[in-house]
Amino acid sequence: MLDKLKIPERHYLNNGHGLASWLLTKDHKRIAIMYLISISVMFFLGGLFAVGIRLELATPQGDFVQADTYNKFFTMHGVIMVFFFLIPSIPAVLGNFLIPPMIGAKDLAFPRINLLSLYIYWIGGVFTLYAMISGGVDTGWTFYTPYSATGSNTNVVPTALGIFIAGFSSILTGLNFIVTIHRMRAPGMTWFRLPLFVWAHYATSLVQVLGTPVIAITIVMLGVERALGFGIFDPGRGGDPVLFQHLFWFYSHPAVYIMILPALGVMSELVSTFTKKTIFGYSFVAFSSLAIAVFGFIVWAHHMFVSGISTYAAMVFSFLSFSVAIPSAVKVFNWTATLYKGAISFETPMLYAYGFMGLFLIGGLTGLFLATLGVDIHLHDTYFVVAHFHYIMVGGAIMGYLGGLHFWWPKMTGRMYSEFFSRIAAILVFVGFNLTFFPQFVVGYLGMPRRYHSYPDEMQVLNVLSSAGASVLGLGYLLPVIYFLWSLKYGQVAGPNPWGASGLEWQTQSPPLTENFLEVPVVEHEPYEYEHIVAKEKHLV
Amino acid sequence: MTIFGIPIFPEQASTFAKDVDALYFFILATCALFAVGVSIAAVFFGIRYHKQHDSEIGARIEGSLPLELLWSVIPTIIAMVMFGWGASVFYHLRRPPAEAMHIYAVGKQWMWKFQHLEGQREINELHIPAGRPIKITISSEDVLHSLYFPAFRTKTDAIPGRYTELWFEAQKPGQHHIFCTEYCGTNHSGMIGTVTVLEETQYQAWLQGGGMEGTLAQRGAKLFNDLACSTCHLDTGQGRGPTLKDIVGTTVALQDGSSAVVDEAYLRESILNSQAKIVKGFQPLMPTFQGLISEENLVALIEHVKSLSPNPTTAAPAAMPTPAPAGEKK
Repeated sequence: MLDKLKIPERHYLNNGHGLASWLLTKDHKRIAIMYLISISVMFFLGGLFAVGIRLELATPQGDFVQADTYNKFFTMHGVIMVFFFLIPSIPAVLGNFLIPPMIGAKDLAFPRINLLSLYIYWIGGVFTLYAMISGGVDTGWTFYTPYSATGSNTNVVPTALGIFIAGFSSILTGLNFIVTIHRMRAPGMTWFRLPLFVWAHYATSLVQVLGTPVIAITIVMLGVERALGFGIFDPGRGGDPVLFQHLFWFYSHPAVYIMILPALGVMSELVSTFTKKTIFGYSFVAFSSLAIAVFGFIVWAHHMFVSGISTYAAMVFSFLSFSVAIPSAVKVFNWTATLYKGAISFETPMLYAYGFMGLFLIGGLTGLFLATLGVDIHLHDTYFVVAHFHYIMVGGAIMGYLGGLHFWWPKMTGRMYSEFFSRIAAILVFVGFNLTFFPQFVVGYLGMPRRYHSYPDEMQVLNVLSSAGASVLGLGYLLPVIYFLWSLKYGQVAGPNPWGASGLEWQTQSPPLTENFLEVPVVEHEPYEYEHIVAKEKHLV
Repeated sequence: MTIFGIPIFPEQASTFAKDVDALYFFILATCALFAVGVSIAAVFFGIRYHKQHDSEIGARIEGSLPLELLWSVIPTIIAMVMFGWGASVFYHLRRPPAEAMHIYAVGKQWMWKFQHLEGQREINELHIPAGRPIKITISSEDVLHSLYFPAFRTKTDAIPGRYTELWFEAQKPGQHHIFCTEYCGTNHSGMIGTVTVLEETQYQAWLQGGGMEGTLAQRGAKLFNDLACSTCHLDTGQGRGPTLKDIVGTTVALQDGSSAVVDEAYLRESILNSQAKIVKGFQPLMPTFQGLISEENLVALIEHVKSLSPNPTTAAPAAMPTPAPAGEKK
């Protein structure tokens, strides 16, 4: 049957050739592809800095690079990975590509604004890359004052400006998604027929629109303090250094949910497709996304339990922090329940889904240690925290992103990648990830502080394990680049619906037409119904 | 605790290390139970319900309200247990006993300076007696730092412009790491040291050793004269500034009608930013010392002022890390 499949004659990739047809496009799918290329470049740049970090930490002495260089490595690693990879990753690539076809629309509500957001992202990236090339920055991605305001003599302002600019890209993307989901749904696509991927992006967009302006304001305040000598954060001039932390985390904690919520959305699609079953407790999973987005805004001070906030403020924020754990747990239980009596198969995306579950479980549960006041005082700013947030932001968000990319790659390109190598890569990523970050929980409880260029001798074995794991992980991340590129030319033709998935995006050709559908689809089924999909396939054969 | 000679668990060297660890193991066990339970279910379902033929689809199960309630309510209850337990350990960690021995720490790029009331000064070394609660008041000369004793399971940030504190009671003699856990620039990872816990008698012997320039309060008294504080703040109460005798722990009336409790934070502010709070009946004549006096000299001055109140009328409340509202201090 597969032999008969052909790449359709007309699709979004061959609708116009040459650079201008890409740079001036209004097609959400082309914009998504340009995002994909951009964030991949950023990911490998950020990854290079991680290589530098793990090489340095292979020995206890600070002997691979100078302390200042090391400090720039982890700063640039954090800045690039957080602001230029993780935050745009799933929304700007998969969300951009998939939300319109998933709801039966031709494009996003504001195609030109969508292109504008890509250009803004690029401009922000250029500022940050300039800051990096012209000497780097050494404040840590958190830019804590007063060090960032008065202590550091590196490129703080250009880097912060880059983040400030890129923030507007994030705001515009969020705004575009919210309007699109409200206004562009096809006939019959009611709110409770929306794929959970779309629900997750709706929740994410709310956070992007409401949270990002706060970091923009904070950066302006920092810039004014640094460039013009205002005393906002510098206590020597009457400012309050802890105020910066409040403002920074008011955005940056919800920003964690910008990174993880879309991955949770991807998970629901993967689990449903590879069990051929509707998601158990659809509405609970949908609303838990919104709950996470809302609760995410009221927990920021759990980053500051040892930063001089009062005992009672700390207790309130500890209590609130536990509230985020519940909707996250509800999701995990619902996915597990979805597996019950499913028709489960383990193609590569499902391997990522299983891997995601494992890593997200550990990442989420270790968050409980940090929300618990008595334990956090010991663990704060140690490698335990580093391990925890990498389990969420790398284990969770990147597993979700890669799972999604493998799932929708045939839709985006019309071709399949090598199933064998992709399974190998999925396993390498899972094993390498655990080997890298699990020892960091142990070394963290031992007391190793984060952002250390050198460390006590007795902590070397755990650090060597971590560095060894990182090389396996690196391999796992490089492999997909090879087989994805290979698939573009040599991959088997995928056809419209290679996984037998139920979403509307699979009911159109792969790669889709520029306008996604020949005629406006009418939705007649509940979400995740597989009966009619199977019937349709039988009919085709 | 070690495996093949590799340490995998830090020593329990303070009285509350075992409280923190007990809570840690409770959370660890609870989380392991959840993680293993979910993993076993996921793997079991994966095998048991493996797809048999291409067109097979899963059973249509929409969900179950009782189950949703069950797995929302049970985790909520467990989370509340963690919260309550954690808050009680934390409360204990944040409340130094009144009889605690007092030490000052100043963070500075990139070293920890410790000052004992008896006059001993140390850099990146701290000697303390076992079996006595010790309160450390922390300040910073430049940027943020964080004073961390992993073996004692406690840390607190050093914040420029204010005092923060931590306390612990070391149980037995030994040596442990001191780390800086708040990134502070180039040599952040070099801002480390060793805390040496001594038997009480050894500690007393250690206090006697080394060239001493008098106690911290005596150094403060000298500064008090050198900086000409003594010209206005007369013991008689007749000076241009208020007398400092027997004021620690009292509540003073201010010019603007409000009042303030005299504690370390108040004294600090009154020296550095003298115009912030003017005592009723006095003129704002005092110059500000912001930027003119080091953190080390500042604590010496404060100790001198405290020594003028040998029997504080009311026990001075622990210096709150934040300028707490007046109501909370009572």
